[in-house]
Amino acid sequence: MKMTKIVRTTADLFFPFCLVFGLYVVIHGHLTPGGGFQGGAVMATGTALLLVARAYDDITGRIRKTALKICEATGLMMFLLAGLSGIFKGLPFMANWMAATGKLFGSPVAFGPNPGDLNTAGLLPLLNVGVGIEVLGGLTIILLYMLSGIKDPEKKP
Amino acid sequence: MRLALYSAILLVLFGGLMYIAADLPFGKPAVTDMDDYFIRNGQEQTGANNIVTSIVFDFRGFDTLGEATVLFTAVLGVGMMFRKLNAGEEYEND
Repeated sequence: MKMTKIVRTTADLFFPFCLVFGLYVVIHGHLTPGGGFQGGAVMATGTALLLVARAYDDITGRIRKTALKICEATGLMMFLLAGLSGIFKGLPFMANWMAATGKLFGSPVAFGPNPGDLNTAGLLPLLNVGVGIEVLGGLTIILLYMLSGIKDPEKKP
Repeated sequence: MRLALYSAILLVLFGGLMYIAADLPFGKPAVTDMDDYFIRNGQEQTGANNIVTSIVFDFRGFDTLGEATVLFTAVLGVGMMFRKLNAGEEYEND
């Protein structure tokens, strides 16, 4: 069952903007409200929009389950490896050893309100991106799995 | 009759719960050492302007790892429930 052409075109138009906004929420997780979980959910909403506007069979050519499974596993592995990376420095698991070192993501932050810099917060952007990738893959694949069983009433089996 | 009885029991239990809960101190103490510590030192120690992110991903990072694992397990369960069987396979319980 398909929606009208207006709805389909609008969904196609909004899909990349959904992804870009979700990516923004994920990457700026340590500066603005949001973070990995919220941004991943926003990105998965883009797929939900496409699923509402189009039939399931139209989507599968564009969004592949295998890529999403890889996304999910990669996100969790990225989170774990970023957490484990501190033990090579003699620090405990999940220790934020990259903060305020002056290197990658290591700019020092002064106390109080400030405009914010993307190159801060040490390990937190890496963890945010890992969780964002995982939530994107996980929620999208849940949507695809649940809607794959719906029969198309107009199509003859 | 039975519905009225159950409703009465539920109302009495709910009232008792509310009576007990009314005596519990809520929002006390108003100022604790813990949240002051996060607000004063969170920005310098983690470098994140967003205090919520610095708590969720740094001070409580292990908890977030658990949340990510919960999502992973949920996807695993949904995938097991909704998987398409190959031709010739059948559910064992059919």
